[in-house]
Amino acid sequence: MKPGHGEILLAEGDVEVAEQERRLIEAFRRELDAGMWAAVPSERTDGRRQAELVKSFGDVPRDAERVIFFPRAAGGAPRTDR
Amino acid sequence: MLLALGTAALVLVVLLWELTRSRVLGAAAEARARLQAIRSRSREPAQLDYDPGRERRAEQRARELLRSCVEQRDWEMYRDLGFLRVSGGLGERRQAAGASYAYLIYPHRPIVAYVPQTGALLNEYCVTFPDHSRPYGSARLPDADDVLAKWMALNADERRLIEEANMHLPGRQIDPERVRRDLARLSRWERETLGGASRREVVGDGDATGIVRAA
Repeated sequence: MKPGHGEILLAEGDVEVAEQERRLIEAFRRELDAGMWAAVPSERTDGRRQAELVKSFGDVPRDAERVIFFPRAAGGAPRTDR
Repeated sequence: MLLALGTAALVLVVLLWELTRSRVLGAAAEARARLQAIRSRSREPAQLDYDPGRERRAEQRARELLRSCVEQRDWEMYRDLGFLRVSGGLGERRQAAGASYAYLIYPHRPIVAYVPQTGALLNEYCVTFPDHSRPYGSARLPDADDVLAKWMALNADERRLIEEANMHLPGRQIDPERVRRDLARLSRWERETLGGASRREVVGDGDATGIVRAA
């Protein structure tokens, strides 16, 4: 997720192909090093949608379709406009 | 004699003005343009680069992403009402008789915690997701991305998000009356759209603000 742009595709590939997996891992690390959070959206067996925060590439389920990176949370600045 | 000299001086001034007017006016215009250029160079990139078309496209992409991540009904809630409701997971009743509390997620506004059974407001959790790289001059995500970030963080690690947030009593940033109106709108929306109540179960005591769950 990017301000002024929305969703941007960073990398894509098949984790079963070594070269592509390496590229995915590099992209994953780059984003985490930049301070992003990584979330894996998924669907439970009962059909409900959920998300999981992951801290390493190894935590990403092998069958995950995508990982979404977004800026880490910070306490909001006080505002007074109501 | 004095009158003649004065008249001559006046005529001279008028003649000089006529001769130099175009040059003086040209120089003034040039100076104005230069000043304007300096001012726009010194402006913040966010002001300089703001492009409403790009922001609209970003929001459109963000809405598509949100739609692809949350349940259809949640997406419709956001599309129709402008906010999302998420059940609280830290309470002991989530798995039993329904959540003991829930959150309203607004774009770029604090998350509001409330009690579904009574509608009582609990807290405001102020949290942002600033992108300090400011790729287009702003650190602010599109509205739907902000909502999705909150949804994912609450869903995946509620405790962590709440710990990161600044907690305030209700009314600090969002007018409690507005939240109550939103809860009433939500209740109306659910009545109108729930038609097939048999497919869903209203958790709680049939209260208007009860949590709705897929059966």
